[in-house]
Amino acid sequence: MIIGKVTGTVVTTLSHAAFKHRRLLVVQPLTLPGEQPSGDFIALDSTQAGVGDTVLVNREGNGARQVLANPDAPVTSVIVGIVDSLTIPSLD
Amino acid sequence: MIFGRVRGVAISTLKYPDLAGCRLLVVQPLNSKLEPVGSLQVAVDVVEAGEGDLCVMARSREAALALPDVKFVPVDLALVGLVDELQVRPDGEFDFTLKAGTARYS
Repeated sequence: MIIGKVTGTVVTTLSHAAFKHRRLLVVQPLTLPGEQPSGDFIALDSTQAGVGDTVLVNREGNGARQVLANPDAPVTSVIVGIVDSLTIPSLD
Repeated sequence: MIFGRVRGVAISTLKYPDLAGCRLLVVQPLNSKLEPVGSLQVAVDVVEAGEGDLCVMARSREAALALPDVKFVPVDLALVGLVDELQVRPDGEFDFTLKAGTARYS
């Protein structure tokens, strides 16, 4: 799992059945100080997260299918939590 | 999952039997600013996309799961959604750096 920030929303009306009634959000992974942010991706939301929220993202298909309780969901990344606070003693 | 723009159609008469009836599209993978990432690729279409359409694509094993009938096919990229509306906040709107110590996010 990774920690990222929600930067945008995607609206799709025509999509696979596993996406129905769920929101797709654009997530940018958090980076170490000095690194350029890169590698943003689309994740399915299961937590009612919104733009600007810091979120916990599962980036693995099998875990995503378990969260969605759908063994055939074509989903690789799913938002599984909203982060309230982080404590990292040092970032060396 | 990533964005992709449909650039054309790939036609294959002789292919893996379970792929019969699947539409193959040539797509350009994009990042969230809709800038091209890497070279053109071939994806299986399950949402009836056409040329120029912006799509959401699934990779790897999940691409094969997107197919309606057979779930065990040699497919590693599939179009799973047609994008109608995309809103991404501009750069500089958020701070993406992890901070040492305690950071509150709510």
